[in-house]
Amino acid sequence: MMARLLAALVAFALSVAAPAAAPFDYRLKPEKIADDTWVLIGSTEDITRGNGGNIVNTAFVVTKEGVVVIDSGPSRRYGEQMRAAIARVTDKPVVRVFNTHHHPDHFLGNQAYADVPIAALPATRAGERDDGGAFADNMYRMAGDWASGTEPQVAQQDVKPGRLTVGGHEFELIALEGHTAGDLAILDHRTGVLFAGDLVFLDRAPTTPHASVQRWLKSLDALAALGAKKTLPGHGPVHAGSAGIEQTRDWLKWLDQTLMQSAANGLDMAEVMRLPLPERFERMPLARSEFERSVTHLYGAYELRALDSVALPVLQQK
Amino acid sequence: MKKVIAALGLALALAGTVQAADADPLNSSRWPDLQREYLNDAPVAFDPRIEVLAPKVAEDSMNVPVTVRLKGLPDVKRVLVIADFNPIVKVLDFQPLLAQPGLSFRIKLQQASPIRALVQTGDGNWLAGGVWVDAAGGGCTAPSTGRSAPDWAQKLNQVQGRVWRDGQNQRVRLRIMHPMDTGLAPGIPAFFIEQLAIVDDKGDAMLKLETFEPLSENPVFSFDLPDTGAVALRVVGRDNNGNRIDAKVQP
Ligand SMILES: [Zn+2]
Repeated sequence: MMARLLAALVAFALSVAAPAAAPFDYRLKPEKIADDTWVLIGSTEDITRGNGGNIVNTAFVVTKEGVVVIDSGPSRRYGEQMRAAIARVTDKPVVRVFNTHHHPDHFLGNQAYADVPIAALPATRAGERDDGGAFADNMYRMAGDWASGTEPQVAQQDVKPGRLTVGGHEFELIALEGHTAGDLAILDHRTGVLFAGDLVFLDRAPTTPHASVQRWLKSLDALAALGAKKTLPGHGPVHAGSAGIEQTRDWLKWLDQTLMQSAANGLDMAEVMRLPLPERFERMPLARSEFERSVTHLYGAYELRALDSVALPVLQQK
Repeated sequence: MKKVIAALGLALALAGTVQAADADPLNSSRWPDLQREYLNDAPVAFDPRIEVLAPKVAEDSMNVPVTVRLKGLPDVKRVLVIADFNPIVKVLDFQPLLAQPGLSFRIKLQQASPIRALVQTGDGNWLAGGVWVDAAGGGCTAPSTGRSAPDWAQKLNQVQGRVWRDGQNQRVRLRIMHPMDTGLAPGIPAFFIEQLAIVDDKGDAMLKLETFEPLSENPVFSFDLPDTGAVALRVVGRDNNGNRIDAKVQP
């Protein structure tokens, strides 16, 4: 009886895990959001064998001189299929790729653009170099064969912050930080579209594995000051106005407050993870699991400050 | 596959209410051996009053936070914490004495595993609770990170601590500087804190525990004790090389 139950459960789990008929087709459908400007919107889920890591937003701008790509996606396959999707929209060549930051879902498609200059901030390039191998392994662990053949291809060029004109589009390359040590935001002055990378999330809880909350908040202020017409967040829907910036700021401030208060009240990590979420975040996709992850990433520093802030107890060994 | 196992554990946990008291609700293949090894095959009742809080997924396999919470369980003498699939299974063996029987700490987790609290009450009976944690791996065989810092040896066994008193109870949080090497990383012998106690001003133990290699580097603990007023608590212990821990935590 037990063996049969086990077999049935395993079979069920495997059938759920196996990708549907068309093998490893991300079904990328570019969506036009402004003149010359197309985006590929990923789901607001965690990486699974069902979605193959397509949980991220990528974009491309078709200029007179060729196509500018912003982020290459979570796998070699995604990069290849993205490039094929671009070719269905335009016969212009891809002339440049930007990686907004070094997280795996944003740059592991670089292999598909091996013949194109790929540029990123210096900190991003360093991150791609140092963590890329582990990221690719982990992508394979989570997404399975969607990620087979994926290897980290490190961006070859440093992004120089400032204006860059390509085929009549004046791009503002803005070097920021906080989500990671290097976060590139790109504002297209021609269309008013802001490609915010993972500095902005909307209706999907922000991730913090390499975050500095205080720096991230400063970067959000800088983005808000741009007054972009439309924003493509790293995760979540394209939107007009500043909803993404505000929601991300709201989440980060709540996270900071919660961790600080918990440390001041003497809570341990696993206890903090169980704290209730505020109502406004309860239904946000992945809020609970990202909060748990953020406690792991960030709480140690808050805790140390709380222990350190009391001078007397720190005693020498006899 | 780990997810499958975890899902299976859940399914069986739900089914567990109608099964014999000693069937493992976490359905771990290691359990029968562990029961023999650590409890001499004594019968174990899985009890919902024993809660093990831990993240579903170990985001950092070097620091997996665990809280053992025991609600309304009288006369707890011992809390033995084990992780079934760790290369070193035993995490700690806690005698609460005057303290509340729950505690918090962090562990290294090598792979997906149940983390269990095995609880012995005054009548000698064993009760248990636990939870599956999924892990990316590498927690136990990676070398400790602090050894690369030049001053780690000077800081060895230093204690940081703080007490939160509310008149009835006091929470004590401690961080002890120690590499907690498992002996599984190539070329680095096992080096870990073995014994720890909190004693009152007369030197009587208020709680005691034996600790083992899977505890995280620079281990952090939380304990809950009766409020003893404005009396400093003393933290004493030693590691497996005989280095002593002795510090006072001011209220
Ligand atoms: Zn990111």
